[in-house]
Amino acid sequence: MGLGAGLGYSSLMAHDHDHTHDRHDHDHEHSELSETQLRVRALETVLTEKGYVDPAALDAILEFYETKVGPRNGARVVAKAWTDPAFKHALLDDATAAIGTLGHVGRVGDHLIAVENTPQRHNMVVCTLCSCYPWEMLGLPPVWYKASPYRSRAVKDPRGVLADFGVTLPAATEIRVWDSTAETRFLVLPMRPAGTEGWSEERLADIVTRDSMIGTGLPKVAPKAAP
Amino acid sequence: MTNASALQAANAVPGIPRDDDGPVFREPWEAQAFAMTLALYDRGLFTWGEWAAALAAEIKHAQAAGDPDTGETYYRHWLAALEQLVADKGVASMETLHRTRDAWDHACDRTPHGQPIELRATDFHE
Repeated sequence: MGLGAGLGYSSLMAHDHDHTHDRHDHDHEHSELSETQLRVRALETVLTEKGYVDPAALDAILEFYETKVGPRNGARVVAKAWTDPAFKHALLDDATAAIGTLGHVGRVGDHLIAVENTPQRHNMVVCTLCSCYPWEMLGLPPVWYKASPYRSRAVKDPRGVLADFGVTLPAATEIRVWDSTAETRFLVLPMRPAGTEGWSEERLADIVTRDSMIGTGLPKVAPKAAP
Repeated sequence: MTNASALQAANAVPGIPRDDDGPVFREPWEAQAFAMTLALYDRGLFTWGEWAAALAAEIKHAQAAGDPDTGETYYRHWLAALEQLVADKGVASMETLHRTRDAWDHACDRTPHGQPIELRATDFHE
C-alpha cells in the first residue's frame, strides 16, 4: 500500500536478462511484512548476530518441514486442471479467479498466473524471494531456490539447471524462464503424465510435486519410490 | 537429529499443531519461530520443561486478555514466549528486539516490491 520510494524503481525491476517478458508496469509500492513477520525477522537477526543460531542450521530445520507448511493446495489445483477442461481453461485465463471458485482450496494471492507446459514449451520459475512467495500453493520454498546462484543460472542456462535436477527435455522443447515478483506470481501447470488415464483427482494430486509446479521437476508417477 | 528434537518438543510441549509425522504449520513464519526455538534448545539455552512453562504463561496471559483460543493464535503465543525467554535468559533485551523490528520495518519501506528485503546498518535509527 501507499507510495513507496519510486526513484529508480523501473531500472531495478528491469532484470538483466531477456528471458523475462511480459514485464508489467508495476506500481511503485514498497515491500510489506506483517507485524508478526517483522518480529520473527528481528529475533532471527539478533540471535544470529549474537551467535545463538546459525542461519544454515535454521534452513536445515526448515527444509525438514518444507512439506508441512501451509495448505499446499497447488497440487489439487493442477489435478483439477488435468481432469476438468473448463477449469483448466479458466485457470490459464485467470488463475486467481479460477482458484477462487474452488471454495475448499482457500485463498491465494492476487495476480497468480498459471503457465502451461506443453511438448513445445517448458516453463520454469525463478523468484527474488521477496515477501510474496506463493507458499499457500507451494509450501515453503526449497533452500536452493533462495540461493542467488540458482536464480542467475536458471536465467543463463535453464537446460543445465534442469539437468542438475535430473530433468532432460527434448532439444526441440523451448524453455521459458519466468521471473516472479510481488505483482505476478507463477504456477507451472505440468503436463499430465502418460499412464494416468482414469485416475481420480486425489490420486493425481499425489504425483504433483512442488518442483513440478516451479518447473524444476516433472510429476512423479511412482511417488516416493526412490530417493 | 532434527526430527528427534522436534518429536521431543512435540511431546514435551502441549498443544503443538501436528499430524502423524510431527509438527505442521499454517504459515512460514510459524515454522521459522519453531526452528529458532529448536536451535536454541539444541544449544542448551533452556529445557523443554522451561519452554513449556514459558509458553503456558504466555497463553494464560493472552487468555486473560481475551484471546479466543481458537488454535489459530497458538504460534503468536509461541513467538511472544520465545521473545520473553530470550530476554529472561539475558540473550537480548526486549528493547533490542523492538529496535531490530523497527529496523526491518524501515528496510521494508525502502525496498520496492519484488526485491529481496535486506537489513542495512542505516535502517537502525538512533
